[in-house]
Amino acid sequence: MPRAPRTETPARDADVLVLGGGPAGTWAALAAARAGARVVLADKGYCGTSGATASGGNNLWYVPPDDAAREASVAEYEKAGGMITDRAWMARTLELTWEQVGQLADWGYPFPADSRGRLRRSSLQGPEYMRMMRLQVKRAGVTILDQSPALELLTDSDGVVSGARGTHRQRTDASWTVRAGAVVLATGGCAFLSGALGCNPDTGDGHLMAAELGAELSGMEFSGVFGMAPAFGAQTKGRMYQFARYYRGDGTPIELPAGLAARGFVARASLDGPVFARLELAPEQIHQAMRWAQPNFFLPFDKAGVDPFSDLFEVRFVLEGTVRGTGGIALAGDGCETTVPGLYAAGDAATRELVTGSRSGGGSHNGAWAMSSGTIAGGAAARFARRPVAAGTSLRAAGRSGLPDPAATGPGTLSPDEVVANVQAEVLTPEKCMFRRASALRESLGRLDEVWAAQVPRIGAQRGRQRAREAAAMAAHARWMYRAALARDESRGVHRRDDRPDTDPAQTLRLRTGGLDHVWVRAEPLGAAS
Amino acid sequence: MIEIISSQACIDCDKCVDVCPTNVFDAVPDGHPVIARQQDCQTCFMCEAYCPADALYVAPFNRPVAELDGADGAAGHRDVHQLAASGRFGEYRRWIGWGAGRRPGSLRDANAELPELAAGALGPTQVQ
Repeated sequence: MPRAPRTETPARDADVLVLGGGPAGTWAALAAARAGARVVLADKGYCGTSGATASGGNNLWYVPPDDAAREASVAEYEKAGGMITDRAWMARTLELTWEQVGQLADWGYPFPADSRGRLRRSSLQGPEYMRMMRLQVKRAGVTILDQSPALELLTDSDGVVSGARGTHRQRTDASWTVRAGAVVLATGGCAFLSGALGCNPDTGDGHLMAAELGAELSGMEFSGVFGMAPAFGAQTKGRMYQFARYYRGDGTPIELPAGLAARGFVARASLDGPVFARLELAPEQIHQAMRWAQPNFFLPFDKAGVDPFSDLFEVRFVLEGTVRGTGGIALAGDGCETTVPGLYAAGDAATRELVTGSRSGGGSHNGAWAMSSGTIAGGAAARFARRPVAAGTSLRAAGRSGLPDPAATGPGTLSPDEVVANVQAEVLTPEKCMFRRASALRESLGRLDEVWAAQVPRIGAQRGRQRAREAAAMAAHARWMYRAALARDESRGVHRRDDRPDTDPAQTLRLRTGGLDHVWVRAEPLGAAS
Repeated sequence: MIEIISSQACIDCDKCVDVCPTNVFDAVPDGHPVIARQQDCQTCFMCEAYCPADALYVAPFNRPVAELDGADGAAGHRDVHQLAASGRFGEYRRWIGWGAGRRPGSLRDANAELPELAAGALGPTQVQ
């Protein structure tokens, strides 16, 4: 719908273009600006509210600079992550997270003191944190383009990424172009428009843009992650369920076996019928502290007239894909560079296997990773952008799929909603995406390949160019996820193969994947960057 | 999902149009913004946090109230007067402590201390 009609948007030039304005994107923009770069940040939505962090908040992986404590934490998560993490990256992440939390405190983030008066800095409330990041980005002189999803990357004649094109979705789909010396993808993971809290902007757009230039992905099998939400609502926040007991529809309790991850067990129970929860293990004296910890968890219950401490409420499982799962664009070196020159990846757009391995990134590791990888990527992109940019060379637009002519809305085109629904049918349910089997994965891949080959080329622009592009991005994402899931012929962490329930020591390795018309997978020995 | 823009409270600042991460609202020249694409709402409460006039009500459901087919109490989530009388407008903004004269809710954020607070109640393996 027209808002402030403009016929044309002038092209801007920047040293570094950051795509995505969540934590990774804003830390990247700040790091690049501090390195002297002129920076443009383009967000699909609004830098400050977009993405999982602003809505959900983070309990960070945050360990003081004490060698023994950090060593112990690294060792703990290395084991929990299936021994495919990278110690050097884990150490960098802890160090940079400590530094950046200190930076937030210096800027005046209102950290709490606990009941004994000690300052506690490991939790960030989403709205407060991201509002502050927006302010700091603006103060650093970064130009922010809100409501301006990127559609495709641009390359120069040497194949170096040199900017992007996109649309101002609130200005009658007008185009924007930013020519830049380097691009940081901080576009988030992909939750397939499942409605998981804050995750609907995360449709894997950056992965598709990168893959169109041959970028590789890693860890895409670690994507079968579901959040739990009350059946009526959208708040997929897991932490408070540590106080839950679960019941079947007939009122009989579901006993959780010791040592098993409760979420997976409850999800499996939900395959047989509705499951109800109640936070009955929380002692009354901490109810108020719980509310102050996560008002975004409790407010919807209050509004719905449900007391989660005393009332049973039905739960449902909502796909969080590679937002809480950890696969993403593979990194080729210590600067968060991808395998494509001039292109960097940070936050949930990048693989987080380096610090999470096969386990879920949750808020904690993903939050720490966003801060650290964003900072690293922004600095490295600024250094890369110092190379002289050839003047006058014409740039090539790299986008291939899901980019219909804006006028293509008529007969013969497919609505992006229809294509999205066909992709969602293969990934949104725990039956298919959480509890995997080779036979079912092959069947899903057959249908997804058909969507890619026969439907994606016919997507029309009836809901704007952004929606068309998102549909293509999700179709590609699902194929990478399931091809990798088929190749990892074992269970490890959040990748559950019911037909291969054990972890196979011989598969203590990472899987790279990529490709569009032909999706490939190959094993990557540990020790490579990711 | 977003259900109501209160025409009494709205000051036409279009902040909700600006900040919505899924572009649900449209600005209207010389008028209140409108909920133009409710189906795109992800129930993230960001608009309720940012609205300076407490003019917005985001219902707690992942579907429009109109589709709840008269489920128990559903109509109450579209009743402006009842919701206003029970303080339901701008509720998330109050929790996070935004707005003049309020303390940031993050000052009371008990996430870090929760394992210690809960330790007495839960077995050690369950505390996260």
